[in-house]
Amino acid sequence: MNHLEHKHDRAVRYFHWVNAPLLAVMIWSGLLIYWAYDPYEIAIRGIVLVKFFPDWFYHHLDLKFGLATGMAYHFAFMWFFAVNGLLYIGYTAWSGHWRDLRPTRRTPIEAFHVVLHDLRLRKEPLPPGKFNAAQRLAYAGVVMMGAGSVISGLAIYKPTQLAWLTTLLGGYQAARLEHFALTVGYVLFFIVHIAQVIRAGWNNFRSMVTGYELIPVAQEATPHVHPKPEPAASAS
Amino acid sequence: MSTPNPSLPPVPPEPADKDIARQQMWRMTRRGFVRGAVAASGGGLGWWWLQSRSTDNGIPWPLRAIHRLNERLWGGAYSQGRLAPEFPPAMAAEPKPNGVYGWPDDTDPATWTLTVSQPEAVGRVFRLAHLVGHPRVEMTTELKCIEGWSQVVTWGGVRLADFLTAQGLGQRPGGDWYPYLSLSTPDSKYYVGIDIASALHPQTLLCDRMNGEPLPGKHGAPLRLVITVKYGIKNIKWLSTIRFQDERPADYWAERGYDWYSGL
Repeated sequence: MNHLEHKHDRAVRYFHWVNAPLLAVMIWSGLLIYWAYDPYEIAIRGIVLVKFFPDWFYHHLDLKFGLATGMAYHFAFMWFFAVNGLLYIGYTAWSGHWRDLRPTRRTPIEAFHVVLHDLRLRKEPLPPGKFNAAQRLAYAGVVMMGAGSVISGLAIYKPTQLAWLTTLLGGYQAARLEHFALTVGYVLFFIVHIAQVIRAGWNNFRSMVTGYELIPVAQEATPHVHPKPEPAASAS
Repeated sequence: MSTPNPSLPPVPPEPADKDIARQQMWRMTRRGFVRGAVAASGGGLGWWWLQSRSTDNGIPWPLRAIHRLNERLWGGAYSQGRLAPEFPPAMAAEPKPNGVYGWPDDTDPATWTLTVSQPEAVGRVFRLAHLVGHPRVEMTTELKCIEGWSQVVTWGGVRLADFLTAQGLGQRPGGDWYPYLSLSTPDSKYYVGIDIASALHPQTLLCDRMNGEPLPGKHGAPLRLVITVKYGIKNIKWLSTIRFQDERPADYWAERGYDWYSGL
């Protein structure tokens, strides 16, 4: 016997699924732009470990000679990306769901335990909760990264009219590097995210589609989800 | 139990003998995937639509329209008072000399002419000597190439706004400015269009010096435009003609897919 338990609000699911293709378009058009000046690499003592990017990468993904196209798409889809992100942040603030993501003082050590648990190096079960500590850190972090992308993007987009912002971020080239590094961060997040979704299984994935998880009744004694707070009361 | 979304079917508090929850979940999942497929198809269709539109100067016209929309938004928020940061002159170096379109054979400063014209008026021809007497400006700013690189450079010259005002150029008899400037090299092989607000920015210079020396040939000698509210593509070298006009001027790179405004 099972029962359904609410997990993800409809609005959050929409913002999540709308964001996925928007971010993909932003990364693709961003790569078209980056190709025109691609100086970044990770090197230790002159030995290049990672080059952003080798020629085969541009070649196989058809990213060459697309600066004008990349800018056109980037400066169009930036609006959808930013508006979707702002609506999401606004909704989490209004509904109180930001509390599900807010890291606490114990979060870093608990997140470390989650990692050990996931790597099967730690036997103790994870404490119950909608999101575990590692998820809190990752999800709160990726939202902050989104804000960082918009802010650093503005700093590169209007470095004269918004010179104060560009200067605040360390200058034009620093802002460009930050904007790029955040994108690398999304890709790393995406890889871990997909691996964890696969690991967590169908019931978890389905909850991001339907909003509900199927819970065996026997587990009812340990509530899996905290009661949904009343929106108006929790907005403060 | 938490509160279900109001629009979803009510979740029975007590499961009956049959696994109603499982059935309900199956319905919701099916509905979710059908909706997802419809939305994904809509998105794919929109993507296909966008890419299959006729092009307007190198990019699909809806993207060109959004460039214009961005131009209106940022043009509306534009302020003459917001300046590009200045740097210590010691940081200045030579920028990569991108772009040789329009580089003339004869760049003799003694014979170089700058022709400025506007509707319903005879064009006026200036020599570099005519720049003497206007306040000299020296500024160390960061030149930003549309490719993504940038270089701190010390520019020397005369404010375009000072020159135009002193010479009584660019304004209608009533005193309002023509909205656009078309600038080009002597052979018109390279040409840019600039909005009047950007042209009158205090860091927009008629430039004849770079890093404390006369402007080198590959950087536009004897006269170029330096405009910190635009990418390098608008900082036209070998500047020979300026035409004020009511219509939006042609622009070399805008015709090749880039944003006409290209404002920073």
